[in-house]
Amino acid sequence: MMSFSLWDIVRNLLIGGALTLLLSLVAFVLGGATGMLVLLARIGKWRAPRALAQMHIELFQGTPLLLQLFTLFFGLSLFGLDVPAWLAAGLGLTLFTSAFLAEIWRGCVEAVPRGQWEASSCLAMTYWEQMRHVILPQAMRLSIAPTVGFAVQVVKGTAVTSIIGFAELTKTGSMIANATYQPFLVYSLVALGYFILCYPLSHYAQSLERKLHAAR
Amino acid sequence: MAYQFDFTFIPDYAGMLAQGVAYTVGLTVVGGTLGIGIGIGGAISRLWNVRPFGELYRYYVELFRNTPFLVQLFLIFFGLPSLGIKLEAWQAAILAMVLNLGAYSTEIIRAGLQATPRGQLEAADSLAFTRWQIFLHVMLRPALRKVWPALSSQVVITMLGSSVCSQISTEELTFVANFIQSRNFRAFETYFLTTGMYFALALLIRQTMHLIGRYLIVRRPSR
Repeated sequence: MMSFSLWDIVRNLLIGGALTLLLSLVAFVLGGATGMLVLLARIGKWRAPRALAQMHIELFQGTPLLLQLFTLFFGLSLFGLDVPAWLAAGLGLTLFTSAFLAEIWRGCVEAVPRGQWEASSCLAMTYWEQMRHVILPQAMRLSIAPTVGFAVQVVKGTAVTSIIGFAELTKTGSMIANATYQPFLVYSLVALGYFILCYPLSHYAQSLERKLHAAR
Repeated sequence: MAYQFDFTFIPDYAGMLAQGVAYTVGLTVVGGTLGIGIGIGGAISRLWNVRPFGELYRYYVELFRNTPFLVQLFLIFFGLPSLGIKLEAWQAAILAMVLNLGAYSTEIIRAGLQATPRGQLEAADSLAFTRWQIFLHVMLRPALRKVWPALSSQVVITMLGSSVCSQISTEELTFVANFIQSRNFRAFETYFLTTGMYFALALLIRQTMHLIGRYLIVRRPSR
């Protein structure tokens, strides 16, 4: 029988942790880009894209991430695609992230005072000029704190991808727990890993929020 | 060859699906009630720094908000037995949901309590309210009213999150879906249907929370 030292456990968890970090980054960056498109559609003037964006948001906010992953995982393979776990995980989390970020950012855009829209339209700016030079820069300032806060949810969301077999931190932890018969130790370390990733983000989001309130 | 969608399995498994839905709803009701209860207790302890609970709650909230629900669940179900605490799957699922929701609702309700205007407290004082009356009618109720939408969203998120409880063999809706698709090999159809059911459940719970908020919290005392 193979025996595991504490270092063996930690070393393997670190590899899993790196994959968790990587998946979080990918999901956050791609989800942010997609979320921006969804946002523009959601607050835009055209009716069809607006309805579509709203459907996207409600669908992904109103269903469990696990079921989204399952549906993607098995849905894509219907088209004859061979879907590896990492692809389903990345795609699922990206869509999930985009829905939430679009909705968070919409709140920020709507928090920009109406007068700003009116003033910029008095200056004969087109819709896109208003967006680009007046509205989005101000909305962005408002959005930093909640966006960083949501990053915590993305990191925690990656844990669910372990269920479709992506070998990130939680999956690695499960495998090690099964091999070492030390579930309490291993899962505590796994939880610690997530805490190390998430706590600085939560803390940073909180301090940003405080700063923003102070600036007002 | 194009894929043929086949939803004809639904009648055969309707009973199981209904049981799964009932299980998920049960988990949510129990988890939601106890979780909000813990949240109220936590918010009070944090706000007035009741020793030693204020400090304990602080650590508890940070720990549970910065780790994934799935890991909390595994730690409770697989980890605690090595400390001599053996829980059934459903007990572990409820405990994890209660603790998870409790952490979030502590922060949500605390924000509501903190937003009580000073003048209200002074007014209540001058009307000779007792401490308990002040807390209940001037602080807690208006606070819950203010944060009820946020609290409702958190309950819905907890309900959606409960789908991972299938991983410790809690027989809720996702567990049923896994079972069905292992029988009929119609994975996509099964999960698609189940996702739709969760969507409907989310709407239902949101509506229910709205009604509870209307009648329990927002209702003004009769004159």
